[in-house]
Amino acid sequence: MDTAIVTPTLRAKDYKSEVAPVWCPGCGDFAVLSAVTKALAHLKLAKERVAMISGIGCSSRLPAYVDAYGFHGIHGRALPLASGLKAARPDLTVIVAGGDGDGFSIGGNHFLHACRRNMDLTYIVMDNEVYGMTKGQASPTTQPDWAKSKLTPHGTGMRPFLPTAIALAAGASFIARGFAGDPNGLTKLLVEAIEHPGFAFLQVLSPCQTFRPEQKEWKHLVHPVDTAPTDDPVEAARFIQADDGMALGLFYVRRLPIWQPQNQPTATPADLEREFAL
Amino acid sequence: MTERSTLAGGAALAITGSGGSGAVTAGLILLAAVGRAGYYGLLGRSAGPQIRGGESAAMLRFGPRPIECMDDRFDLLIGLDWENVARFADELPLDRSSLILTDAQAGPIPEILVRSGAQVRSLPWKALADAQPEGRMNMVALGMVGAMLGLPLDALEAGARATLGGKGGRVLTPALDCIRSGYSAADTAHVPPSALAPPVAGWNISGNEAAGLGAVRGGVRFVAAYPITPASEVLEWLAPRLELLGGSLLQAEDELASINMIIGSSFGGVPSLTATSGPGLSLMVEGLGLAVASETPVVVVNVQRGGPSTGIPTKSEQSDLNIALYGLHGDAPHLVLAALGIRDCVYTVEWAVGLAEHLQTVAIVLSDQMLGQSRAIVDPPGDLPFGAGQRTPLQRLIGNDADTDHRRYRPSPDGVSPMALPGLPGGMYTAEGLEHGPGGAPSSRAIDHAEQLDKRLHKLTGFDYGLGWAEIRGEGDHLLLTWGSSAGPVFEAAQRLRDSGTPTRAIALRLLAPLQRDALLEAIGSAGSILVVEQNQTAQCFAYLHSQRALPLHARSYARPGPLPLRPAEIMRALTDRDEREET
Repeated sequence: MDTAIVTPTLRAKDYKSEVAPVWCPGCGDFAVLSAVTKALAHLKLAKERVAMISGIGCSSRLPAYVDAYGFHGIHGRALPLASGLKAARPDLTVIVAGGDGDGFSIGGNHFLHACRRNMDLTYIVMDNEVYGMTKGQASPTTQPDWAKSKLTPHGTGMRPFLPTAIALAAGASFIARGFAGDPNGLTKLLVEAIEHPGFAFLQVLSPCQTFRPEQKEWKHLVHPVDTAPTDDPVEAARFIQADDGMALGLFYVRRLPIWQPQNQPTATPADLEREFAL
Repeated sequence: MTERSTLAGGAALAITGSGGSGAVTAGLILLAAVGRAGYYGLLGRSAGPQIRGGESAAMLRFGPRPIECMDDRFDLLIGLDWENVARFADELPLDRSSLILTDAQAGPIPEILVRSGAQVRSLPWKALADAQPEGRMNMVALGMVGAMLGLPLDALEAGARATLGGKGGRVLTPALDCIRSGYSAADTAHVPPSALAPPVAGWNISGNEAAGLGAVRGGVRFVAAYPITPASEVLEWLAPRLELLGGSLLQAEDELASINMIIGSSFGGVPSLTATSGPGLSLMVEGLGLAVASETPVVVVNVQRGGPSTGIPTKSEQSDLNIALYGLHGDAPHLVLAALGIRDCVYTVEWAVGLAEHLQTVAIVLSDQMLGQSRAIVDPPGDLPFGAGQRTPLQRLIGNDADTDHRRYRPSPDGVSPMALPGLPGGMYTAEGLEHGPGGAPSSRAIDHAEQLDKRLHKLTGFDYGLGWAEIRGEGDHLLLTWGSSAGPVFEAAQRLRDSGTPTRAIALRLLAPLQRDALLEAIGSAGSILVVEQNQTAQCFAYLHSQRALPLHARSYARPGPLPLRPAEIMRALTDRDEREET
């Protein structure tokens, strides 16, 4: 990873912008924002060499709250936006942030292909199993019998999307899960994700106090992953299939080829024109 | 008044054959040969829907002056065989003075072609080919036809080397032998020898290649795209060449990705472009709105095909003007340009890149299958002839350390604000698709919305686009007004009208949005007879110009859908028929 060292060292709060978050009191996303700024400070990354990229949703507001370059794009397209930026500017640290609806529903196809393209990106999905910004509809990770949304009064009737299993199947090279209620563990995972050369997928359980108040119970349900991270996809698949969705930590990390063009110019457009001459 | 071509010398010919007969290969060699013999040329092709093989036709017109469209009819039809030729017989207009050349063993000529009254000659192509090791009938026919057209043998051989050289001697050597065999067996008495024009230092280029070249000349160094007919050749040309220029092409998972990828790369400071066709453009419009709102320059080359929906992927139509103009939601001002010919694809795309970069906005360039997949012998395009002379060079205004005000979206007299690139200390901002204040923070306040809407509109409407907005030829009380690829047949129709004593002006719009209304009204002047010509069903340009109050009320429309190309004679008839009707 290509990162510039800043002197004097910045503190975490120096990476916070002056824009006030729109999040509800108690939202898990505050802890994610805090962990992002701590990780950037820990890695001593120059603010101007960091780009925070997002789509649309509560959690996708995060880039504006970080004092770095950022792009708040359209719903579901954060990964393509970030991939184009990284392809053109490999010198930047590019961090993508968003929610479960943005990343797994409208942006689901991009998630698959970003995993297999394995560009050097960090993808944080703040998963609260609900669409918050549109006021409480079921998301891809919502349980099938959750019937609190007027849009799906009988529940979705669909098995939930399994982000870590799908990331593994699609070829991601770093798969981890953090929890907003475990800020230190989350910061550590974020540092590892940013340092990982390749596509690092970090699912963050980030409770929604407003539409999913029952998620306050998550702090009693989470538990650390009980094995060391594996680089064996078969072993990882076994673990992920047996996982209760509440294990926290790094599950799988593997060095895989990174897609990153780094061409040096050897011709000019005028040189190319010669091919057309009769 | 004559409807016939006034071009001296040259000819229009078509080569047809079933899959594997090599009709298109023969056409490619013939185009390269006429270029080497000093002619201009235009080679279109038509193919059935098969993935590989199937019947196909190559249509070549050449002559001593630049060829901008297909003629009304063909002088020669070279039938290598007649399987399934009826499928595109309506693309092969013949008449009593046309000549059909066919192989003696090819069987009966289809009735639909015989009905034209064209004369027929049977020739021993297959017999001559069978006499050569690895002999191919298409190459024998090519040699014979080349001789009949008065082309030098060395031009044909050079054309074959240029076209087949990459395939190695096992293909090239028998091809050359067959060309020589056909050439020496030709009886040239039936076609008058053509006068050779002085050689031109020409280029052999397709519209899609020209669009790719225009992109890199404009500074594009990153492309993300999803394959689609008939735009893929733009991407295939660019992929290896961007690498030579230090850039890259990323094949995206879909068009939703490709448009957002180029927004991301452009945000990073690299001029970026994608190419697509109608269905892909439909998927991209939400992303284009983001580029408009966030003031991120991007260019989309839309190689139009028959629509709607999957439509006719391999055939041309100018029916995407409405989506290009109006497809974006909200008030989303952006640039819409249209290439006026194969050679003009270089200029229009190069200009579009410069304008998008300079104005920090979206440029949609409309090309089409006819331009994109045809090849032509053209004069080498020099420097952009209409982008120069402006006070400011066409490039992005990039923020730097000396800026005292780094607010990304702050209003400015011309509406353009410096764009800090990631890496610039102190320039940090978050690019926004939400409405925002001058610093980029999201805002739903009326005052911010009004200010940013005005900024994004006025930077486009207040800009001096110079002379590039249209190409105008000739003077006269009659006026043919068109846009994009219909410029070719319109220019030729106007030239023939002028040659036959009907003073006619032709205006072809290159910049459709923002419409240069005052300049257009001045160019229209007091023309008594105005016809707006375009290749779509619903007269999209005609309606647009009226909506902008840019047309006198007596202007009339000649609009018809693809896939058959517009031809000069029908445009002349449309203009004069209307005139006669008005007089009665």
